[in-house]
Formats: sequence, C-alpha cells, structure tokens
Amino acid sequence: MEQLMADLKKQIIEQLNLQEVTPESIGNDEPLFKEGLGLDSIDALELIVLLQQHYNIRIANPEQGPEIFYSIRSMAEFIVAQQTAKA
Amino acid sequence: MLSIYINGAGCISPQETAAGGPMLANLREYEQVKLATVDPDYKQWIDVKQIRRMSRVVKMGVGAANLSLQAAGIAMPDAIVTGTAYGCLDDTGVFLTKMVNQQEEMLTPTAFIQSTHNTVGGQIALLLGCNAYNNTFVHRGFSFENALLDTIMMLREGSAQQILVGGLDELTPHSYQILSRFGLYKKEPVKTMELLNSPTCGTIAGEGAAFFTLGVQPGTNTAAELTGISTLYKPMWEGEVIGHIMKFLEDNNYTPNDIDLLVTGRNGDIGQDEIYEEVVEALFPEHPEASFKHLCGEYPTAVGFGMWLANGILADQAVPEAAMFYGQAPRRIKKILLYNHHQGTHHSLVLLSHVE
Amino acid sequence: MSEKVWIAGGGVISGIGMNLRESLQAFREMRPGMGAMKYLSSMHRNTFPVAEVKADNDMLADMAGLPENISRTALLSLIAAREAWQSSGLGDISRYRVGLVSGNTVGGMDKTEDFFAEYLADNRKGRLQQVMHHECGSITEIVADAMGIRHHVSTISTACSSGANALMYGYRLIRNNIVDVVIAGGTDALTRFTLNGFNTLMILDQQPCRPFDETRTGLNLGEGAGYVVLVSDSLAAQLQPWCRLSGFANANDAYHQTASSPDGTGNYLAMKGALDMSGLQPQQIGYINLHGTGTGNNDVSEGIAINRIFAPHFPAMSSTKSFTGHTLGASGGIEAVLSAVAVKEGIIYPNARFEHQMKELPFAPATTWSEGNDLRHVMSNSFGFGGNCSSLVFSSF
Repeated sequence: MEQLMADLKKQIIEQLNLQEVTPESIGNDEPLFKEGLGLDSIDALELIVLLQQHYNIRIANPEQGPEIFYSIRSMAEFIVAQQTAKA
Repeated sequence: MLSIYINGAGCISPQETAAGGPMLANLREYEQVKLATVDPDYKQWIDVKQIRRMSRVVKMGVGAANLSLQAAGIAMPDAIVTGTAYGCLDDTGVFLTKMVNQQEEMLTPTAFIQSTHNTVGGQIALLLGCNAYNNTFVHRGFSFENALLDTIMMLREGSAQQILVGGLDELTPHSYQILSRFGLYKKEPVKTMELLNSPTCGTIAGEGAAFFTLGVQPGTNTAAELTGISTLYKPMWEGEVIGHIMKFLEDNNYTPNDIDLLVTGRNGDIGQDEIYEEVVEALFPEHPEASFKHLCGEYPTAVGFGMWLANGILADQAVPEAAMFYGQAPRRIKKILLYNHHQGTHHSLVLLSHVE
Repeated sequence: MSEKVWIAGGGVISGIGMNLRESLQAFREMRPGMGAMKYLSSMHRNTFPVAEVKADNDMLADMAGLPENISRTALLSLIAAREAWQSSGLGDISRYRVGLVSGNTVGGMDKTEDFFAEYLADNRKGRLQQVMHHECGSITEIVADAMGIRHHVSTISTACSSGANALMYGYRLIRNNIVDVVIAGGTDALTRFTLNGFNTLMILDQQPCRPFDETRTGLNLGEGAGYVVLVSDSLAAQLQPWCRLSGFANANDAYHQTASSPDGTGNYLAMKGALDMSGLQPQQIGYINLHGTGTGNNDVSEGIAINRIFAPHFPAMSSTKSFTGHTLGASGGIEAVLSAVAVKEGIIYPNARFEHQMKELPFAPATTWSEGNDLRHVMSNSFGFGGNCSSLVFSSF
C-alpha cells in the first residue's frame, strides 16, 4: 500500500503537470480536489485515464470520481479492491 | 467621426519586446529559417495552478494581453477580441498524434480542451474574471484585422469604452514541417538583417502575440490614434491594390503625401515582395519605409507586430535602425500607413496618427 | 446607416434533412437524425450514435459542385449558404456588397486527421492536398470563392457559439455600412478529433440524447451547416423578409474552460442582454430554442438562468439538438434558421424523448410540433467552451 501510494503521487504529478509539487509534499489523506492540491473536474477525467493506463481499471461513470479520488489513500484502496476483485 | 486611441500595447515576439525599455534596444539577430518567441517569465501573470495546462500560445496571449492592459492602466476591459489564424496548434497536434498512435483509446481531455480556437480569449476572460463580450476571429491573414474591425465598430457603437484586442499565432514543429513542404520558407538559413534583400523565394517562419487596449479617450501615455483599417481579399491584379490604397486614403481625407512613414510587411520572398515595390513606385516613390517581418518572421497575424512597432515609432518619434528599410524617417512622424499582405491573397491597411 | 437588420432567407443541412423543407418535415413527423455512424470512420462506431448528414462526400460534392476531396465542412457550408441565398430572392449576387461570416470549430480537420496517420509515420509523407484547407478560414473562403463573395469574408470560432456570433457580427457589418448583405451562420462536419475530444470529457450519450430530461447523460454529436441572409432596411423593402434580428448579446461565463457556472452567469447575461437590446420584456418571448445539449451541466445551468429571467411566465421551449445532435460551430447557424422560420410560420419545435421532469426546474420543454402559433419574438441560445455565451432574438415586423 505504501509503495502504491508513492507510485500514485509520482504518476499524478506527471499526468497533471503539477509544477512545483513534489511527491513528499502530498499527504496520503490530504484532499486532492478543491483545497489541498486544488484539482478540478478536468483533472478528475485525467485521473480516470491514469487508472486505465497504469492499473487497467475502467471507470465508466465520472460521478464516481469524487469518492475514489478523494485522497491518495482512497485511490490506493480503490485500486487494491479492484485488483483483488479481478483476482 | 469618433477617435479611437491605442492606450496600451503589449507584444511577445522573437525580439525582446516583453522586457520594456527602448524599443528593439537589444536587437536579436538570427541566422535561421524559423524564429521563436523570447518568452518572459509567465508566472508574473499566471499562477502555478493555472499555468500547468497552458500551451505556449495561450501563455504568450495572456502575457501580451496583460502587458497591454498594464500599459493602459486598465484592470478590466469592456470586451476582449482575439484574432488567430491557426489557433492552438500545439494542443491540436498533441491530441491528433495521440488519437492516431493510440487508435482513439485512452485519450485525455486537457489537450482537446485547450485546442479550441477560443482558448486564448477564454483564458484571458477567466484570469481577469471578465464577463463581457468575447469573440475570436480565425480568418487566415485577416484574423487580426477582423478583430480590429470588430473592436472599432463596437467603440463607435458606444457599447464599450476600452477594448482589449490582439492577434497571435504559434509555430510548432508540425506546422513548420508541413508549411515548409508547401514551399513557404527559405531552403537555406538566412541572416535576418539581410532577409529583406534576399534574391530568392520563400521567407522565414515566425510567431508572436500582440495585444492592444483601444479606447475612445486617450490615456496619459497614449501616442497613437487608430485612424482606419481596411482589407482587400484576393485582388485580381496590382492595379486593384493600388486603387484600394488610394480609395482608403481618400476615405480618410488623405493623399499619399500626408503619410510620413510607410511600414510594410515585406518578408524577403522575392515573389511576394514584388507587390510592395509596385505600390511604392505608384504611390510612395520618395517615402521613407520601415519593415518588420525580418524581426518577427512571417505568420498570418504578423500585422499585430507591425502595429505594435508603428505605435512605438509614434511614441518615440523615431524609427529603430533595425526596422528602417528605405530612406530616412522625418524628424516629426505624424502619420503612418501600415500595408501588409499575407500570401498575396490577404491585403490589409492600418492607418495610425500621432497623438500630441 | 440601416436602422434595422432583417432576415431575408435561410438554408440548412443537417442529420434531419438536406434542406430547410426536409428538416421541417422531420420535426413534423418526429424523426430525429441520430443513428449508427455510417460515413465517419471511427473506432467508436458502435458505441456512440451521431446525427450524420445522410450523404457521402461524393454526393455532397456533386450537390455543391466542388471536387469530392474538399473538406466535408466546406461542402456542407456551400450547400446551406446557397440555399439561404436562393431563398432570399436577392438574385444576382454581384449586384450587392456582400459579406460571408461563417463559424466553424475545427476547419478542415476531417482531412487533416486522415493526413496525420501517414504524416506521423514519415513526416515527408501524406498528401498536402489534405491539409491545404486545415485552417478554419480556408473553409469560409472555399464557399466565398464559389459564390463570388469578396467584399467581406470572416470566420469566427468561439466553440459552440460560433454560428450565433457570426450573425451578430454580420448584423453589425450592415449597421456600420460596411456591406449591405451578409450570409451568416456556421458549419461543422463530424470528425474523429471532436468525437474523441468529447469522449474524453465523458459527456457523450451512448443512447439518443435527452435534453432537459432528468435522466439525461450527455450529448450526441451531429454535423451540418445553417445560414441566414441578413439585409439592410433598403434591401428588405424590396423583399419579403422572414423577420428581424432584433437583439443579441455575447457574454463570457468566466468560470471554467469547459463547464458552465452552476448559476449560469454567462447564460443569464447573454439572454438578458439580448432582451435589453430588443427592448422586450421576458414575457414577450414566445419560444426559446434552447442550447440544450443534454449534458448534466449545460441543461441545469441554462435552466436556472432561464428561471431567473422568465419565472413565472415561461415561454414554450425546446432543444432541437434532440433531432440534429450537437453540430458545434454550425449549431448557432442552424438554430438561427430554425428560429427565424419559427417566427415566420409560428412554429414551436418538439423536444424529442423528453419524459422526466428535471428536479431543479419548474418548467418542461414542448414535446409536440405545432405551427401557426402567434409568435412575435423567438430567442435562440448558444453557449460554448471558453465561457462563450450568446443569445439572439428574432422578431416579427
């Protein structure tokens, strides 16, 4: 889980071109949207593609976004749950 | 007729035009076939959260718009009008490339969203929080001219007092490659200061953004009045161009003798520059002439750079040496006629007068 | 200077018909134009319904009298612009000072995207013919040249409000005595570029779209072109104009690059500005041709802004995109033609597939066709990316 969260931070910074943000500066439980990193609805769509590219997970309904992408930890937990379900 | 003043100008170009100070004081000379903008630090106008999605053309538009508003001392314009022939080429290329390479799968929205032609106008409005009139003209070599015409009409209609208007285009590796295949550019690198006397076909590619704050009242730093503008689409022959210029001057109650300085869009392509020779010979045989495309390169909205230069010349009452093409500028420069054409099909005239 | 600006005619081509008569017949018979993709080649062929013009490029080229390798966007444009001109009764075009003001969003992208596949493999490859008309303005010039228009040509690209802004600019060119006649509207052909772009935003419905329905989940893309012929007072006196363009406004939402603000600020300002210019009270509007894309975001923002202006007297309204799909740069032009003919014939268009009332709104769209209504004033809304919001008002004499 720790490794997954560390990977996610790097992937998010790259995908969203977050200049002047380091992986260390993102807290595992910090909200990603609005406050915290200040991401918006377009970023949510970018993150949906990120999950597809890196983890082969498809999200068909963008309305699930806010829950899954609440924080790094919620994203990681979602990925683990999806991978477990598949296995 | 109502007077329209240039109350602020901002330019980002292959010269150090964003730096302030005397115009073209640190001339950038190149020996290449494509010129890129000298980029200022865009973070002075755009915060880090917003800049991450912006391509170069958006940043240069926002930068030039801000420079123009700052110069005019205006925080919020009554309208924003943008002209761009190519729009956001870089993001268009990014999205197209991924779409082809990834067989329409796993595409992300950012490049698509930023690829629309009104992105620059929309982003300026967003950053200023400006709910006013916002329009984007995308008509090839008339993009900037149409934006200017829209602005002039609006000021005359009385629905706005201060309007931000600009023209911009970017050059990308793809656009340069494709336009080169159309034979637009020189085959060999050429020294920019020698471009206008080049004996061969083709020009050099350029890019840039020029924005102006136009108003119906002059500001404290205002040097120029935008007296008139006109376009001529696909003239049949040189005589039609000459006739059009005569008519334009007449409509403004001028004769060629009233023009103190001609500013032309010569681009060093021996075929394309011929019409400037014809016009000069017919109407302005003894007039001093300045030019600008050896400084900024050729692109469909390069007239914006020309207008920025002409405005600066009226302010300084002097022509930078690097811009002088023929003769000597008079001691007092009151009226400038800017004549440009893009690829022989899009001819335009801009008339500026000095404001004392 | 002309005091008023009149609509002397109009032409339209879209997924529901090759001309205005066919289009009106489709509304009358409740035949929306969306279905499986037939002419556009895409990986998403079986996923997203689209409202295609029911003709291949060869047939369109034949109708337009242009080579078949020309961008479909230009073919559609010329067909609709010619119909508009012919319907105006103006006759020989060379007798007038004429302007063409056309909106589009991606120019000749339908050809560019074919070019790019070969070009990316080798940047010396790909037929240059295919990118010659990539620029938005180039599409307009093909049409201007074919029709013999030289006094003024311009192209506007403000995403989905392009066509509406073209009408406003055309009106002002006449009022400012630059030309006497303007053919104004917009055109856009379906492309993989836009289809995939909208897909990344996850706002394409996999079913026929349901504008202003509580269960709506997105839009269907369409294609087409629509133009009106705007004329000055002095020319209108010799013709039988349909109606006047009596008011308009362009405002910017300044909220987000693609999404509308929750309270529809830009939408409100555009509608309010158009009403003010035409000197009308909200209750004088008889019908609103909604922007009504069918996305969750647009319809609620537009609806809230309408509620703010019109409550409690709501005019009849509907989204004709439930028939034509969202034709992007063409939509403002197509809907201007439909709105202008609505004033002339008293038409209220049906909103297809409306079943469930939106919980945020106190009104519902019209669901059946009717004509011969006493419609004095009709509003048409066009809102787009970049916060660009425009509203037009058409009025009878």
